[in-house]
Amino acid sequence: MASLFIDSIRKNYGPTSVLRGVSLSIADGEFLTLLGPSGCGKSTLLRILAGLEVQDAGSISIGGRTVDELRPKRRDVAMVFQSYALYPHMTVASNMALPLRMRRLSAIQRLPLLGRLLPGTARIAAEVDIEVTRTANSLGIGHLLARKPVQLSGGQRQRVAVARAMVRHPAVFLMDEPLSNLDAKLRVQMRAEIKELHQRLGCTFVYVTHDQAEAMTLSDRVAVMLDGQLLQVAAPQDIYADPADRRVAEFIGSPKINMLDCVVRERGSIDVAGSTLAIDAEVLPGVPLTLGIRPEALHPADHGGQGALTGSVLSIEHMGSDLFVHLDLAGVDDPLIVRLPADRASHIAPGQTLHVGVRPDRVLLFGRDGQRLRREVESGRASVTPIREIAR
Amino acid sequence: MSEPLAHSSVSDKRSRTGGVRTFPSPTASPARRRASTEALAAWTLAGPAVFFLFVLFFLPGIGVFVIALTDWQFGARSLSFVGFANFGEVFADAGFRASLVNTITYVLIIVPGTVVLGLLIALLIESGRSLRAFYRAIHFLPFMATLTAMAVAWEALLHPTIGLVNLTLVAIGLPTANWLGDENTALPVLAVIGIWQNLGYAMVLFLAGLKSIPQDLYDAADVDGADIWLDRLRTVTLPMLGPVSMFVVIVVAVRAFESFDTVKVLTQGGPGHASEALLYTLYRESFEYLHAGYGAAIAVVFLAIVVTLTLVQARVVDRKVHYQ
Repeated sequence: MASLFIDSIRKNYGPTSVLRGVSLSIADGEFLTLLGPSGCGKSTLLRILAGLEVQDAGSISIGGRTVDELRPKRRDVAMVFQSYALYPHMTVASNMALPLRMRRLSAIQRLPLLGRLLPGTARIAAEVDIEVTRTANSLGIGHLLARKPVQLSGGQRQRVAVARAMVRHPAVFLMDEPLSNLDAKLRVQMRAEIKELHQRLGCTFVYVTHDQAEAMTLSDRVAVMLDGQLLQVAAPQDIYADPADRRVAEFIGSPKINMLDCVVRERGSIDVAGSTLAIDAEVLPGVPLTLGIRPEALHPADHGGQGALTGSVLSIEHMGSDLFVHLDLAGVDDPLIVRLPADRASHIAPGQTLHVGVRPDRVLLFGRDGQRLRREVESGRASVTPIREIAR
Repeated sequence: MSEPLAHSSVSDKRSRTGGVRTFPSPTASPARRRASTEALAAWTLAGPAVFFLFVLFFLPGIGVFVIALTDWQFGARSLSFVGFANFGEVFADAGFRASLVNTITYVLIIVPGTVVLGLLIALLIESGRSLRAFYRAIHFLPFMATLTAMAVAWEALLHPTIGLVNLTLVAIGLPTANWLGDENTALPVLAVIGIWQNLGYAMVLFLAGLKSIPQDLYDAADVDGADIWLDRLRTVTLPMLGPVSMFVVIVVAVRAFESFDTVKVLTQGGPGHASEALLYTLYRESFEYLHAGYGAAIAVVFLAIVVTLTLVQARVVDRKVHYQ
């Protein structure tokens, strides 16, 4: 059990800046996901937490104890690697026993033949065996203990890697894309198992992934990283509905959020793609902004003009329950994607002109610098406050 | 190749549409023709290699087996078959048995020496950052050099009175020896030269093996607590080098069995028969005493040893060290 505090961590590889001052605090027992595209620095941050890399600046503390000078084994963390990193020459049981043997047996007691003759070795080895068996049974891999890693399937190896991390009851679990080597079906199943494991163990998890579905389903909070910086740290639903930054809005959500250039015409109305929408943004008239609207926040309208967008249907993607309509708007390069329930959109055909209404409460406005312009209604008067990086 | 394919597609189309059949049996012949073209191409490509392999390798090999069954003297115009008499003579000969024991002793010194030192140097080079290419090169040089020429250089170094080795020993007050002339030291000294020569080869193979160990395993060992050098070596490095080590052992053993140059140049098997190795006995029987049949029998025994070693590697060891 431990909280984790990350204070302005910086890391450079030569001239490349991989982490540019990352600060984050993670509560005891929290499941936090570091989410970002490959190369954003999330794995480097995790390796710094584990002690496998040394930061150039900043400090880490785990459970109120500064660990910057401590080697990985003294930090009370366990790590699950993307490749699982099981020792191929050892059985599952020996793989799982290694972290316990390293901690409990002295260097002399671990010697191949002599060690067994020393007092205490047999007793400790027996205790280790019991704990290994207990942990293996709790993960449903008790019958695999005598096997070597090559004799296991991908899902079984993943479980063994988790079991090896679990067996010594670490305060913090670090997981580096642990599901990315599994096929899609198994990934969903293992996702549920990891969530269940977190609830059962109740310890702190830091989970690195580039897969937003994993981040959204597993996490208490998601930390979105890009180019070595944290853009936003918030609960999954807030990351989706209330992004702080244009890049967060674009990274989360599938299909991608629609981004349209727009200009404030006057107070309470915005010009976008040849239409005028009644949206309050207290910005001086004439200021160019970007309007973000999720595909499911658009709906068919009877007529164009005020409050609606009009375009011709380019193509339709059927997804079963829903369908995605790609709409060509005059003067806009990228097609507008509209998500509609399949039963309400049977009449739509390519080439047809379609009017879509916009839910004003779902519109997200971004400044030219990518910062979100938050519309807060205070005592009947709308005001715009750019929100800064949130670090709770 | 494009023309026959075009033809076959035309004939396929005709047979399918029921058009006029201009080719005899259009459904079967294209496939058959393609198969025979492929076979012809395969034989054309492999032919020269197969021919030379047969003429230069298999025929002489069979020839040795046949000669081993005769009493042929090298250069004689007549011979008669004596069955397995040569083999009986070989195993009854104290000289041959001494030579076999010498060779095995020699191999048993060279193999552990080369493997341990080669691994040590590879680990040292990998752990340092500077001058890696330089250290790699100087340790690999002996393997690249002509051993006969190097043997002459060793002879000068080991000269009993003016050699650098004895001069150095005198300078630091240690006893000297007639390294190549003493029957107690001749074979060990040849083995040391053998280690010196094969060390670089083992080192290069170990370096390649070290490079292929995934960093993740070292990271896992760090987190698991195996983070001092001895634990890392035992948990990750040595087990992961298993396949490479086995390969090095077999290759160096075969090379040690084959050693001839240093024996011929430095000791001629002497003093007495103290440093006589298998290949040198073979050479002497066949080309100095002209006992071709007897020499061929030694060659067959030698071949059997080398083939056995190779089979051991292929069958037993490969399965054990690849963790499958």
